[in-house]
Amino acid sequence: MALQTAAEIRALIARHKRWDVIFGVIGILCLSIGLLTFATLFVDMLIDGYARLRPEFFTEFPSRRAGQAGILSAWIGTIMVMLVTAAVAVPLGVAAGIYLEEYAPSNWMTHVIEINISNLAGVPSIVYGLLALGLFVYQFGLGQSVATAGLTLALLILPVVIVATREAIRAIPGAIREAAYALGATKWQVVQGHILPYSTGGILTGVIIGMARAIGETAPIITVGALTFIAFLPPSPIKAEPPFISFEWLMSPFTVMPIQIFNWTSRPDPAFQANAAAAGFILVFMTLAMNGLAIWLRYRIRRNIKW
Amino acid sequence: MKHLKHTILALAIGQLAAGGALAQSNVVKIDGSSTVYPITEAVAEEFQKAEKNAIKVTVGISGTGGGFKKFCRGEIDISDASRPILKKEMEACAAAGIKYFELPVAFDALTVVINPKNAFLKQITVEELKKMWEPAAQGKVTRWSQVNPAWPDQPMKLFGPGADSGTFDYFTEATVGKSKSSRGDFTASEDDNVLVQGVTQDVNALGYFGYAYYAENTAKLKAVPIVNPKGKAVLPSMENVLSGAYEPLSRPIFIYVSEKALQRAEVKKFVEYYMKHGAKLSREVKYVPLPDKAYATNLDHLKKGKLGTAFGGVAEVGVTIEELQAREGKL
Repeated sequence: MALQTAAEIRALIARHKRWDVIFGVIGILCLSIGLLTFATLFVDMLIDGYARLRPEFFTEFPSRRAGQAGILSAWIGTIMVMLVTAAVAVPLGVAAGIYLEEYAPSNWMTHVIEINISNLAGVPSIVYGLLALGLFVYQFGLGQSVATAGLTLALLILPVVIVATREAIRAIPGAIREAAYALGATKWQVVQGHILPYSTGGILTGVIIGMARAIGETAPIITVGALTFIAFLPPSPIKAEPPFISFEWLMSPFTVMPIQIFNWTSRPDPAFQANAAAAGFILVFMTLAMNGLAIWLRYRIRRNIKW
Repeated sequence: MKHLKHTILALAIGQLAAGGALAQSNVVKIDGSSTVYPITEAVAEEFQKAEKNAIKVTVGISGTGGGFKKFCRGEIDISDASRPILKKEMEACAAAGIKYFELPVAFDALTVVINPKNAFLKQITVEELKKMWEPAAQGKVTRWSQVNPAWPDQPMKLFGPGADSGTFDYFTEATVGKSKSSRGDFTASEDDNVLVQGVTQDVNALGYFGYAYYAENTAKLKAVPIVNPKGKAVLPSMENVLSGAYEPLSRPIFIYVSEKALQRAEVKKFVEYYMKHGAKLSREVKYVPLPDKAYATNLDHLKKGKLGTAFGGVAEVGVTIEELQAREGKL
C-alpha cells in the first residue's frame, strides 16, 4: 500500500513515535520495580535498625541482651574469611582465565572445560557447602575454621573470576598481541607485559563482584558449620615477637555477618529484630561499597590505558 | 624477594599445623538444640566475662539430633539437648568410645497458643490435642467442630516445629503417645518466629512451641490452659511447671558433657559455672530453673563420676527431676 498524502505519512510517524513513548514508559516501570523493591528494603532496614547503628554496635560481642549485642566478631570474621577467599580465588581464577584465553589449544577438551566453567557459575551455593563439608572439614581436617569458610567461598566465586578474566582479556584488541609476537616476544612476555596490565581493570571488577556475592552467602557457611555464638576474635595475624606473622587465625572458629543476622531473626525477643535490621543494613552497605569500588577502579584503570 | 616468599610459605604451613592444635586447646565447643541455646549462650557470655576471656566458648545451633551426631564423633565437648539421648545415638557414642554425663539444666514448658481473638477455646485436653495432631487426622480433621462438637464449625489451621526438632519429638510423645508420630499437613517451621507470626495472623490457628517464644509475645498470642492428669486446666508459668501441675507438657532440657573433655580444666570450669549460675540465667532467658537441689546433685554426679543417661534411650513423659537423678545411668 503506497502512502498518498503528507498527512498520512505524518500520522504513521506519530503512531510509531507513540509506540516509542509507550515502550519507554514500560521500560521505566520495569526498572523502577527492581529499584524500588531494593530501596524499600534498604530504607526499611535502616529505619528498623537505626537506633542500633552506634559505634558500640561495631565494638561489642554478641550478647543475650539485645541492647548490648554487637557485631564485632561477625564483621571481623567476615573480613578474615574474605581475605582467604581472595587469596585463593584470585591467583587460581586469573591463571585459569589466562590459560584458557592465551595458551589452551582450541580443541573439544577446551570447549568442554569452557562450558563447564559457565555451568559451575550456576551451581547452587549449598552444593559447594556440601562439597566443602566432606572435603575441607572432614577429609582435610580443617574443621569449622576461617580457612574452611574462605576456601569454600573461593570455590564458589572461582567461576565468576575465571569468566571475568576471560572477558577482560578478550576485550584487548588482537593487534596488540600480533604486534608483540611480530617483535619476537614469547607468550609469557606478551601476557606479562601487555595482556595482564590491560585487563587488570576488568579482572578486578570481576573479582570484587564475586566477593560481593560471597560476602552475603549463608547456605554454604551454615553447611560447613559456622558457629552462632562467638564472643572472641581470631588470634591476631601480626605478633609483637618474631616471626611477627601468625597464621593461627586461619584455624580459628568464627562467625560471619549473615549467620549473625540469621541467628538474631530467629530470636524470641523482638528487640533482636532491630539488631538484625541494623546488621543487614551494614551488610548491604558493605556489598554496595565493594561494587562502588569496582566501578571506580575500572574507571581509574581504563583512563590510564591508551592504545 | 623470592627467598622471602618461600620463607613465608614455609612459616604458613608450619603455623597452620601448630595453630590447629593450639586452637583446640583452650576452646570449649558446644553445639546442639536451639531450645537450650539461649541458656547456654547466657552462661557462655557470663563465663567468658568472669574468666576475663582467657577461656573461649563457642555455641552452635544444629538441633538436638545434629548436636548428638557431632558429640558422638568427638567433635564437640558439650551437646545441648532438648530431649534425652536416643538408643541410636547411645550406640554411636558407645562405638566411638565416648562416655558422657547427662545433666538436666532447666525446664521448658511446651506452650499451646492460639490467636487472641479466639474466644471459644478456654482449655484443651490431651485427648483433644491427640485428635488434632495424630497421623490419622491427616486430611480428615480440618475443622474445630470435628475435635470437639462444642467448638464452632470453622477451619482449623495448625502450626508446629519441623521434624528435626526435639520439641516436635516431645510434643508428639506427650500427646499422640509416640515420638515423631504426627500428622504431616500442618505448617512446619524450624524458625519459631514463623510459627508466632502464623498464629498471630489467623484467628483459626493453633500452634505449639517452647515457653520463651510465648513469653516474649504475650501481647500477640494467647496460651491455652492444658487439662492435666488431675483434671485441672493449667496455664504454663514458672510456678505451675515447678509445682508439677503443668503436665504433661513441661519437660527437662539437658546438656551432655563428654567425660574425656571434662578432664580439661576449662571444660570442667565451664560446667561447674553452668551448674552454679544456671538457675539465675535460665530464669533471665524465660526458662524455668530446676530446684536448687538438682544443680547440687548434678555437681555431685560429676564428682562421683556417675556416667550415662537415666532414660535408657527411650523418651519419657512426666518424670520428676528427683526421680531422674536418682536413677542408675546407662551408657
